Amino acid sequence: MAEATQIPMPVAPPRMSRLIDMAIARGPALAAVAGLLGLWQLVVWGFEVPEYMAPSPLAVLRAFGDNAGVLWLNFWPTFLEAALGFVAGNLVAIALAVWFVHSSTAERAFFPIAVFVNTIPIIAVAPILVLIFGNGFAPKIIIAGLICFFPTLVNMVRGLKAVSPATLDLMRVLSASKSEIFWKVRLQSSLPFLFAALKIASTTCVIGAIVAEWIGSNYGLGALIIEATFNFRSPLLYATVFTAALLAVVMFALVSFAESKLVRWKSGDVH
Amino acid sequence: MALAERHDATGNPVPPAAARGKDGAIRVENLDVTFGQAPGLVTALKDVSVEIPQGAFVTILGPSGCGKSTLMRAVADLVPAARGAIDVQGKPPAEARRDRSFSYVFQDATLLPWRTALENVALPLEVGGGGEVHADPRALLELVGLKGRENALPGELSGGMRQRVAIARALVTKPKILLMDEPFGALDEITRDKLNEEMLRIWRETGTTILFVTHSIPEAAFLGEYVLMLAAHPGRVKEFMKIDLPPERRLADRDTLEFVQITAHLRKLLEEC
Repeated sequence: MAEATQIPMPVAPPRMSRLIDMAIARGPALAAVAGLLGLWQLVVWGFEVPEYMAPSPLAVLRAFGDNAGVLWLNFWPTFLEAALGFVAGNLVAIALAVWFVHSSTAERAFFPIAVFVNTIPIIAVAPILVLIFGNGFAPKIIIAGLICFFPTLVNMVRGLKAVSPATLDLMRVLSASKSEIFWKVRLQSSLPFLFAALKIASTTCVIGAIVAEWIGSNYGLGALIIEATFNFRSPLLYATVFTAALLAVVMFALVSFAESKLVRWKSGDVH
Repeated sequence: MALAERHDATGNPVPPAAARGKDGAIRVENLDVTFGQAPGLVTALKDVSVEIPQGAFVTILGPSGCGKSTLMRAVADLVPAARGAIDVQGKPPAEARRDRSFSYVFQDATLLPWRTALENVALPLEVGGGGEVHADPRALLELVGLKGRENALPGELSGGMRQRVAIARALVTKPKILLMDEPFGALDEITRDKLNEEMLRIWRETGTTILFVTHSIPEAAFLGEYVLMLAAHPGRVKEFMKIDLPPERRLADRDTLEFVQITAHLRKLLEEC
């Protein structure tokens, strides 16, 4: 091949250029957020909206400062409930999916029950669990786990079955045992499906924990939301809501990070 | 193992392989393969008998539906025989499979996408007992022209490169027999030609018996020391013929009169099928 003609390009110092690249990539999103916050502030000022009805962004920011201790104290229980529920719900779902894939009898017997459990609104299950397990951590973890459970079960079953017949032929020619096929092929090929579900679960488990705290709890972001609402402390309410959202974002980022480390390939990449 | 006790489907004892001579790498006798049950029964192969000489390169050619792939799959213990017997290196297919007497190359490369090229080549050594004899995966990647791409993931390789990895993986167990089921069917013609030439080189360097299914008449004539032609409905042997060309072949040889006469003859036979 002939040498390609070199086109001279202006070269910025690498550090600078990386910053500029980032500004160009993130710029529109940051500008949009700033614009919306500004609009909100102007609406609150312009129409003289009373603070208990809708606080201004500045008031919310102040609430963050004034209530930092309270928010921090209530952040941890919710985080623990969500994280433990995430782990427990997904582990049960993964174990069940493995069982279903190995036994179609088990799948036929228990899958309809899983579907039924999934159709019950989580908010309706919460009081039942609080009645059984009391006011402690247990019902919150169970509800957070329950909300993670179904998407992971469905995706994991699909993922474990997403092995092409040709690959199974290959493993047969290689005289691979069932467990070798499971560990070397099925588990690996299910990972992209699993992570799709875990990303959903990473944010819904926070919802589960907060809903559970609404039903019966003296601590956690859910309890704080109820308390702030009843006392018309709107800036604190908004600050709590933002903290909960932040928690969900952190969970999502953790799962995405794990995915980038564990799955270096895309499903449907190759046959 | 239980060779002496084997019977064909009609109850007649099949003599042990030793009594029938050991020259054949693969012996197929009166093989029937059927799919489905009585009313919807499909006979894919009917009374197929053929003996593949040790170390030969045999291409299998025939119209679609003639059971080319089914014959390969029966030899590889991927489909059961309804009647008749198959000996692979003097053993029944299941035993030959466990002994790693043969390797199989599929139409799709069937690489595991999360494993690097090198890890894919080494897969046969990690499963099914691994086998005692094996070749060096790195050396094999070099043999198929992929030196330097050991750590590439399949998603980063072209279709031709992936099929090269699949060939290296098939060779890692040092099989006596290589079963190739339309391995280049999904590739473009330029890549295919190149791989055809390399297949002949690999065959000469490894001394493996190769059974190679193809749809392409030039490919069958260029690669094959022998061509096994099958006819369709039901699948049966039409002809097992030697290709009268020197074993050292180059792509340009396909433009010679000799070669064109052979492909013309094959095409005529194929039309009769």
